[in-house]
Amino acid sequence: MFDLETAANPEKLRRIAIDPVSRVEGHGKVTLLLDENNKVHQVRLHIVEFRGFEKFIEGRPYWEVPVTVQRLCGICPVSHQLAAVKAMDIIAGFGPLPATAEKLRRLMHYGQILQSHAVHFFHLASPDLLLGFDSEMTRRNIIGVVADHPELATQGVLLRKFGQEVIRHVSGKRVHGTGAIPGGVNKALSAAEQAEMRGGIDAMIKWSRDAVQLLKRLHHGNPEFYNRFGAFDSSMMGLVNGKGELDLYHGGLRARDADGAILFDHVDYATYDSLLDEEVKPWSYMKFPYIRAIGPEHGWYKVGPLARVQVCDRIPSPLAEVERQELAALGQGRPVHGTLLYHWARLIEMLHACEVIRDLLDDPDITGTTLMAEPGPRVEEAVGVIEAPRGTLFHHYRVDEHDMVSFCNLIVSTTNNNQAMNEAIRSVARQFLTGREITEPLMNHIEVAIRAYDPCLSCATHALGKMPLEVELLDAEGRLLQRRAHNMAGAA
Amino acid sequence: MSEIPNSFTLDGQLVPFEPGQTILQAALAAGHYIPHLCSSPELKPHGSCKLCTVVVNGRHGSACTAHAMPGQDVQSDTPDLNGKRRLQVQMLFVEGNHFCPGCEKSGNCKLQAVAYDLEMLNPHFPHFFPQRPVDASHPDILLDRNRCIMCEQCVEASRDIDGKEVFGLAGRGLASHLVVNSPSGLLGDSALEAGDKAANICPVGAIVHKRVGYAKPIGARDYDTLGIRAQARAAAEGEGP
Repeated sequence: MFDLETAANPEKLRRIAIDPVSRVEGHGKVTLLLDENNKVHQVRLHIVEFRGFEKFIEGRPYWEVPVTVQRLCGICPVSHQLAAVKAMDIIAGFGPLPATAEKLRRLMHYGQILQSHAVHFFHLASPDLLLGFDSEMTRRNIIGVVADHPELATQGVLLRKFGQEVIRHVSGKRVHGTGAIPGGVNKALSAAEQAEMRGGIDAMIKWSRDAVQLLKRLHHGNPEFYNRFGAFDSSMMGLVNGKGELDLYHGGLRARDADGAILFDHVDYATYDSLLDEEVKPWSYMKFPYIRAIGPEHGWYKVGPLARVQVCDRIPSPLAEVERQELAALGQGRPVHGTLLYHWARLIEMLHACEVIRDLLDDPDITGTTLMAEPGPRVEEAVGVIEAPRGTLFHHYRVDEHDMVSFCNLIVSTTNNNQAMNEAIRSVARQFLTGREITEPLMNHIEVAIRAYDPCLSCATHALGKMPLEVELLDAEGRLLQRRAHNMAGAA
Repeated sequence: MSEIPNSFTLDGQLVPFEPGQTILQAALAAGHYIPHLCSSPELKPHGSCKLCTVVVNGRHGSACTAHAMPGQDVQSDTPDLNGKRRLQVQMLFVEGNHFCPGCEKSGNCKLQAVAYDLEMLNPHFPHFFPQRPVDASHPDILLDRNRCIMCEQCVEASRDIDGKEVFGLAGRGLASHLVVNSPSGLLGDSALEAGDKAANICPVGAIVHKRVGYAKPIGARDYDTLGIRAQARAAAEGEGP
């Protein structure tokens, strides 16, 4: 049992609920139990989502799946499309992809990383970081950032736009295009499209570097706070390529423990179900994945930017690698685990994505016209895994002899971070909540911790800095003492 | 009366016709689009979808079955008729399970193209969400009844062109559904072959070839650059005198 997960005598305690904390896939809530002295005894992030994709994809033809499943999300649809199509490449019996097809998929994926990380940092997170966690609520949003930092806000919008244009050139649409199909891609990149993107990428690299510098300035302004806010030790997992470098499109699974020691390395992700298991808890609809060999208590892990940049040995692009080394130096030989450091790592990845996009655009293969692999015999079952903006994303399918999906299992990035997000808000509760009167800035501290993981909930509901939140303070008899709420429009 | 023999007026414009042509055939040949779904130039008209309903000399009739006659006064592109057509298309959308966002026919679909042409912005009616079986038993062809609009083009094509009678409509009213002529009722046990007309005529995504969905990129699909009305005009100009 985790500290602060379950109180010994919950009936004696006051309950505070932040409900709903919404996410794209549904809704979540945070509950806290406190005793008479306001000591926190229990903190839980409950996810009450039910999407049903795994079920209703059954009985559909396999070639439809990559396009259908990307509707899981409006922020990172490309990740779902690519994870699904990597599985369907195998199921449809295709051999290795032609160089052009794989590079176009990579181009689309790194465009996805760029636009998703940009929208998260500039639109969703920067209001907290630039204006202050406890700044005036009505200004703590992207509009407030535009007012105080107009040039930065513009760069954020244009970085996101560039990423979306990369996606459009490969998939036909900025959101929910087609692009990747089993065996390859459906469209070659024209020289004009290549030139258009190449003309803009240098500015994106510069702005991404500036964003990393900005985050470092924020960190250097109060390093102790940034390092300790919502900090907790945990293992970390991500994909690395054959050389142990960061690779967000393809690779083997690697995990490190909290001290940085390798737990497993270069594991074929098709064996994920023998590597990982998922625990069900009665208080959340979202499962809790963990490494089987270690068990549920200690086998949980972090995924996403902070995990990835510390799981890999190096980042294979020069500017981002320099930044990775600076972040790593912070831990003096040990991985860093501060929740706010996710932002730093995310911006390093954004810079890396820009560098990869530039290199892909300079690669002559990118305008090649051999788009499809050679077909071979059909296979019944396959797994596709990709590093989505928010972390490792697993798609697992079985397809029957009539080409129809008979089984689907998805472990989405946010699910991998379930225990980590719970630990983050417990850490924040220990640090900031005990003995305090509930205020909106206090509620925001919890949101800040959840938001650092960039779970889909911040994408869906924090677009203007205003998650719909309701906090109730009840006494031991369940009587309402205090209630604060604000809706999506931010009205209190 | 029109001034030229063998011509009629369509929305005030003179349209020539050849004896034996229907109003729809003559209108399309002259580049005037009248919305339609069940009619195909390769099949005998049967007037079932009623989308091409026009007003001929004050009386409603199907343009695909009404013969063109000298001096007819035909009204088609009117707010009243287009409003009724839009309602019909909305009813087709809610009666089946037409999920354009993920459908492999999207961009190549006549139902979708007609809906865009008629400026359909929402389904208007509550969705029925019917339970309709998908038949994937055929090695090359997928039959997804969720998307069937019962236009009967496959029925006619199989009977009149392929000479096989693979498809038929059964049931009445809301219970109408496409059935397959085979011992098991499954497409895989029928005489249908991938090259048959019936396997290549479906205007929606109900009868599709397996494993090739989404091969046409966005931007190169049938209705990506020109809408269905503009295409009718372009086709007439390309083939015109």
